[in-house]
Amino acid sequence: MKKILTCIICPKGCTLAAEITDGKVSVSGHSCPKGAEYAENEVLHPMRTVTATIRVANRENTMVSVKTESTVAKDRMMSVMAALRDTVVNAPIAIGQVLLENVEGSAIVATKQID
Amino acid sequence: MEIHDIVIVGGGPAGMAAAVVAYDAGCSDVVILDREPRLGGILMQCIHNGFGLHKLGKELTGPEYADVYARQIEKRGIRIYTETMVTSVSPDKVVTAQSRSGILKIQAKAVILAMGCRERSRGALNICGARPAGIYSAGTAQKLVNCMGFQVGKRVVILGSGDIGLIMARRMSYEGAIVEAVCEVMPYSGGLTRNIVQCLDDFGIPLYLSTTVVQIHGDKRLEGVTIAQVDAQRKPIESTKRYIPCDTLLLSVGLIPENELTRAAGIPIDPITNGAIVDESCQTMLPGIFACGNVLQVHDLVDYVSAEAERAGIGAVRYINSFGSGNLGIETKAGNGVRYVLPQKIRNVSENVELFLRVTRPFSQVKFTVSDETKVLTSVKRLKAAPGEMEKITLKPEMLRDITGPITVNLEVL
Repeated sequence: MKKILTCIICPKGCTLAAEITDGKVSVSGHSCPKGAEYAENEVLHPMRTVTATIRVANRENTMVSVKTESTVAKDRMMSVMAALRDTVVNAPIAIGQVLLENVEGSAIVATKQID
Repeated sequence: MEIHDIVIVGGGPAGMAAAVVAYDAGCSDVVILDREPRLGGILMQCIHNGFGLHKLGKELTGPEYADVYARQIEKRGIRIYTETMVTSVSPDKVVTAQSRSGILKIQAKAVILAMGCRERSRGALNICGARPAGIYSAGTAQKLVNCMGFQVGKRVVILGSGDIGLIMARRMSYEGAIVEAVCEVMPYSGGLTRNIVQCLDDFGIPLYLSTTVVQIHGDKRLEGVTIAQVDAQRKPIESTKRYIPCDTLLLSVGLIPENELTRAAGIPIDPITNGAIVDESCQTMLPGIFACGNVLQVHDLVDYVSAEAERAGIGAVRYINSFGSGNLGIETKAGNGVRYVLPQKIRNVSENVELFLRVTRPFSQVKFTVSDETKVLTSVKRLKAAPGEMEKITLKPEMLRDITGPITVNLEVL
């Protein structure tokens, strides 16, 4: 089975072809190793970085932006969002600070400093 | 009146990069003025990742990218005036600003304009209907959701498929809203292909090309929109009208460089880019006043904003040190298939010059040729080219030797 994909690793957006034969993936059309890795993951178990926000309890109308430190399974993105919605944190917060240890296999880290 | 070597208007990615590079080039008396309480500009609300791959070699979110530069500024002790709104820049480089402590006047030796751009609003679109709540420009909604934590809406239609619209389609989906459609009046998307994949396809959001919003329904709150396909002249086709119930309409219909200060200073503006006419060091036609980032030309990648700002920062330092000349320069022109070329003038031909350009529509298998009236200077091939993706062509000093007349960039389909 051959799948045509657009690489999302960088803005170039290469068109990739991934072919699965006997559970092994062969990729063409990529212009870097990351593209090949992306295509292989995308046909076997697609992964995404989730970027979102968590409410800061002790600052008015303030959110701290966060990301999953590593990628999470694409079909678990909404589960990550549910976990973030149920969380509040307190400032001060530093960039890179771990706000949740493990959500769908990834830590949740702050991407913005809140004084 | 304060006196400083370089005054930078705007502390977003362009202003920050220009400040750092100017400082490192030997000019320690640099001041950044910004109307917001902190540096970072629009990056602070762009919480998605994908920034920095070219420039910093890693993938960062917007606030993280801004933080890299904010730390460099802090480390160098570069002076920052926040909550300070510049109200005029005079041709003799007096910068006037409104600050918390009153009117501030600074005599600069060089000025770098880095004000960024703002969003085109509903008023520019002439959509029929009342003015209910629930209609936002995509960037405004982005700030309300990402920085302030408000829920903007639950059922959303997005008009315009530029990158901000696409990013907001995903963001609203993450927040539990249903995004009914993204409508794009052009027959192709204005955003990066990878954003269509990860922001629309991942969430099953349909993208309707050659389609626009023709009517807004609702009195107090938006209740729905009528969309319609458009013909080749972008006129709505009556028989294709369709009603979509929604409580929120996000507009991602283009960015306008914020050049009020530039115009008031009498600096000539390019009617296509809506930014100043500049040479290869980003110097405007008023000597000593430079422009960079989205106020000069709307970029798709912040990495290119930083790179452009570095050219402006170096240019400003050289200007102060009286490097460079007053010659009129070589004019650059957009030829077949090319919408614009920047810089519009080349003055210094002793170093590599990078030409930036956008094409008029999507193409595949093309060749760009740079030539003057008599000969071809260089040509490059590309597998594909799209209006949403800026192209770059490097000219080497030997190519520009003996060139005096205008040079033109033409696109040829192979």
